[in-house]
Amino acid sequence: MPWERDDMCRRAAGELEDGFYVNLGIGMPTLVANFIPEDVSVTLQSENGMLGMGPFPLHNEVDPDLINAGKQTITELQESSYFDSATSFAMIRGGHIDMSILGALQVAQNGDLANWMIPGKMVKGMGGAMDLVAGVKRVLVLMEHVAKDGSSKMLKACTLPLTGAGVVDTVITELGMFRLRDNKVHVIELGTGVTLDELRAKTEADIAVQ
Amino acid sequence: MDRKAGKKVYADAKSALDGLLFDGMTILAGGFGLCGIPEHMILAIRASGVKGLTVVSNNCGIDDFGLGLLLQTRQIKKMISSYVGENKTFEQQYLKGELELEFNPQGTLAERLRAGGAGIPAFFTRTGVGTIIADGKEAREFDGQTYVMEKALKGDLSIVKAWKADTAGNLVFRKTARNFNPPVATAGKVCVVEVEHIVEAGQIDPDHMHLPGIYVDRVFKGDAFEKRVERVTTRD
Repeated sequence: MPWERDDMCRRAAGELEDGFYVNLGIGMPTLVANFIPEDVSVTLQSENGMLGMGPFPLHNEVDPDLINAGKQTITELQESSYFDSATSFAMIRGGHIDMSILGALQVAQNGDLANWMIPGKMVKGMGGAMDLVAGVKRVLVLMEHVAKDGSSKMLKACTLPLTGAGVVDTVITELGMFRLRDNKVHVIELGTGVTLDELRAKTEADIAVQ
Repeated sequence: MDRKAGKKVYADAKSALDGLLFDGMTILAGGFGLCGIPEHMILAIRASGVKGLTVVSNNCGIDDFGLGLLLQTRQIKKMISSYVGENKTFEQQYLKGELELEFNPQGTLAERLRAGGAGIPAFFTRTGVGTIIADGKEAREFDGQTYVMEKALKGDLSIVKAWKADTAGNLVFRKTARNFNPPVATAGKVCVVEVEHIVEAGQIDPDHMHLPGIYVDRVFKGDAFEKRVERVTTRD
């Protein structure tokens, strides 16, 4: 069995360092918060204007004035702070956030990322993704290795419109963890029971093995 | 317009917007999703029947709340937003070519508004470099990095939601309902604010103001805010 979602999230959480300020994208990246080791203190940024995002509220704590960037209700912590959107993205664009974890439609071996539009389909918008990948110190992508139609999402070059060029540092999929360096996909760790042959069969990008 | 402290307070959305609305105008609207949106003014704009609007807002509400209400009545001609995914009316009108749409990355949108209010005509950002967002825009290199030029955004009217105002128009926001409201407030020719509480000048510690009253032309207390939540998510 390759990695399950929980394994992928746990592995992503393992990339977080004590004292990091981190922005988690919508969907699977949000779940990474549940796997942060107890001895690692991480401050979560929500780009709609909050540092120190707490867990989801209890039913009687729901506050319509307190949501995350996925528009879900959340809570505040002792160390939380609030600010406006321009300040929030100054923080992001200015390189003050240590890591951004987000999903992807395609990643290329040169670090190009596509995750906001499919031509011909209704485009919902990029939200804060373009700002995050351009400004945050390190971008980690958490995604499934192949698309629903079976095609590889780890490519020599992205075919979809880009969110950012040369921005991705690390990719975690059910098949393993990879770093993008020197225009190659470097294998750091393979998923449980995953062979290099299986990885090669499901990867269009050039693979480098340490 | 009478900007003197104490003369900024209006009775309700209709009177606060009186004389400010016209067809084809550009309205800057605060809010993120349905959080911190000027819900009373959206209803008043709908009731006014003003049309051909260009609306600058991070999102466009949902089908039956927030800015989505102005789509139902086809009062909006163009949206400038970063994300419009929660709205089927939007999708239908856009796909039929009845609605123009300009996507801006969220931080670029916020900074364009901030720049508009701060007298900065344009700025350079790394956001969008190498993507279709940079197409047709001036690019420049600074210290070996490529940046793209984005221009400031201004509007005829800013509609803002704050938590509390004093009679001088100084504002305090609450939690993540602050979001786009402060930059929006600075970038309109006229700024109207709806709040949950109005107090006398002097009742808010000047060190605790989030936005100084210089940016606020008119303010009114809205009654019974609905404050709808898009995704109530709980852990119990």
